[in-house]
Amino acid sequence: MGLIAAPHLLSFSQQEIAVLLVINVLLVASYRLMTLTGEWSLGHVVIMGTGAYASALFTKSLGVPVPISMVLGALFAGLVALGLSFPLFRMKGFYFLIGSFAAGEIIRLIWKRFTNPFGGPKGIKRIPEFPGFDLGPFTFDFYEPVTYYYFALIVVTVSLFILYRIERSRIGLTFHAIHWQDKLAESVGVDTFRYRTLAFVIASVFAGLAGALYAHYVGTVNPNRFSVEEMVFVLIWAIVGGTATFYGPILGVVILTVINEVVLRSLGVDTLRPLFYGAILIFSVLLLPAGLESLVPKARTWLTRRRTEAERSPTQ
Amino acid sequence: MELILQTIVNATYAASYMALVAVGLVLIFGVMGVINFAHGELYMAGAYTVVFFYADLDFPFFAAVALGLLFVGCLGLVMERALFRPMRDNPLGGLIASIGFLLVLQTLAVVGFGVRMEHIPPPTQEKIVVIEGVILTWQRLYVILATVVLLGALWVFLRRSKFGWALRACAQDPEAAALQGISMNNTARLAMFIGAALAGVAGALTAPLVSPTPYIGHSIIVTAFIIIIVGGIGSLEGAVIAAVLYAFVHTIVTTYYDGVVANIVGLSMMLIVLVVKPTGLFGAKERA
Repeated sequence: MGLIAAPHLLSFSQQEIAVLLVINVLLVASYRLMTLTGEWSLGHVVIMGTGAYASALFTKSLGVPVPISMVLGALFAGLVALGLSFPLFRMKGFYFLIGSFAAGEIIRLIWKRFTNPFGGPKGIKRIPEFPGFDLGPFTFDFYEPVTYYYFALIVVTVSLFILYRIERSRIGLTFHAIHWQDKLAESVGVDTFRYRTLAFVIASVFAGLAGALYAHYVGTVNPNRFSVEEMVFVLIWAIVGGTATFYGPILGVVILTVINEVVLRSLGVDTLRPLFYGAILIFSVLLLPAGLESLVPKARTWLTRRRTEAERSPTQ
Repeated sequence: MELILQTIVNATYAASYMALVAVGLVLIFGVMGVINFAHGELYMAGAYTVVFFYADLDFPFFAAVALGLLFVGCLGLVMERALFRPMRDNPLGGLIASIGFLLVLQTLAVVGFGVRMEHIPPPTQEKIVVIEGVILTWQRLYVILATVVLLGALWVFLRRSKFGWALRACAQDPEAAALQGISMNNTARLAMFIGAALAGVAGALTAPLVSPTPYIGHSIIVTAFIIIIVGGIGSLEGAVIAAVLYAFVHTIVTTYYDGVVANIVGLSMMLIVLVVKPTGLFGAKERA
């Protein structure tokens, strides 16, 4: 309910932030699916950008209607991930981290270098927006942040549900198995390469979808928007939130965005914001290595204890 | 002919400071097992030390460079104590913490000096004309000479001194080294100081040549990653050879095509090495 009412209580600029927050929730949730297999990628934001660029180009150059191009953009991001998986999954752990960084950076430099069709350093501008429509007395104009917020919220909720179902399915359990016991999983006949690829491709499709949602909302994409600095923020959200649970990274992105946009903005210390982010990151790795999510069960037991004590106290 | 020779001269200069940065990164990885993502920002800190002392306070250039070495070395000590020591069993945690430190350093530079490029006049404008049409500025020669001296000293230090033996022992097998009475903390501190100071010196010496910004660390760390992967992670000699290789490829491609293509080629080199021979071209059999 709060999510539905939220945009009407916010100022215009905060509504815009709310839209981007919803998109980032999908990005970080898809990133978590990737980390289930134990591999940490530094190319996830570039994959998001692939979806954004693809969807933007499909509408602008080929004239595909926006809703269809968004789906195509997401699938295209998955396709690129499938192609990348062949070199990348020959690596593991730290090497995969660096390899994914190199691959992502190459893609990003290609956008930067080739003006046709990627628009070079300035990127693609005037991307067609999501078409508005009339439904009886209601008019939907997706140029309005509130309307787009609801649209994004629906898309992201459905995507989160799918991601959640995948994680709970047999496939998801296999991802976990590969993370913790890859040799054992292999010895019982699990093709770890194919499952790693599967996790990467599924995660990339949803990251691409997040990118497409972004492109048709903001109306412009450029290579710098998908740089490794942006990737660092995804890492921060995931690490600060914690990646052991489905809600951990989402908790991370929501809480950090609120801190960043509401608390730090109201303090009026714009240039200092990365410093706060850095400090939060350092302290959370040092003091809260299991992430914010580890506080949730603690809070729950604390609450239940208080409740049982409250119930017990009158009888005493 | 002049163009080829000039490219070689330029590449030698580029190889020098890249080797300084990469060797520091390898040293830190070898002993502590963490990848220091903030290494590019240590370079930046060295450059800004020179901006502050040489350009703003009119210190002699080499005094400013020496201060840069000390200051960035001490930054390394801070990082070791505050970030990497608590994270010793958790390499990913160390990497993440260094990303946090990177943001802190970057912001401090922005607050202290602003986001604009700092143009610093080099201490000497004199040039050496190698042959007709091929020039090497003294400033670049300083960088090359300093690299040769510092890396030579480091090599002797690692091979000959007791500290050097301890350092290499810790890199090979921390537990066995600890059993021999080598203090892991002291060794880590030493490695971090040297590694950071090398990055700082590179930044300090090149400050008049590159016009630093607070965000210069990004391109530096990308370059350093490529070099340590191509050279074989954990191999100091490999890092030096890879720095030369990468600098020549990058400079030649930049000269004949453009910088972005050169970056693409560099990253592709790294990706190919990762796929074909993840231990790097020069293996990791002999570490640090």
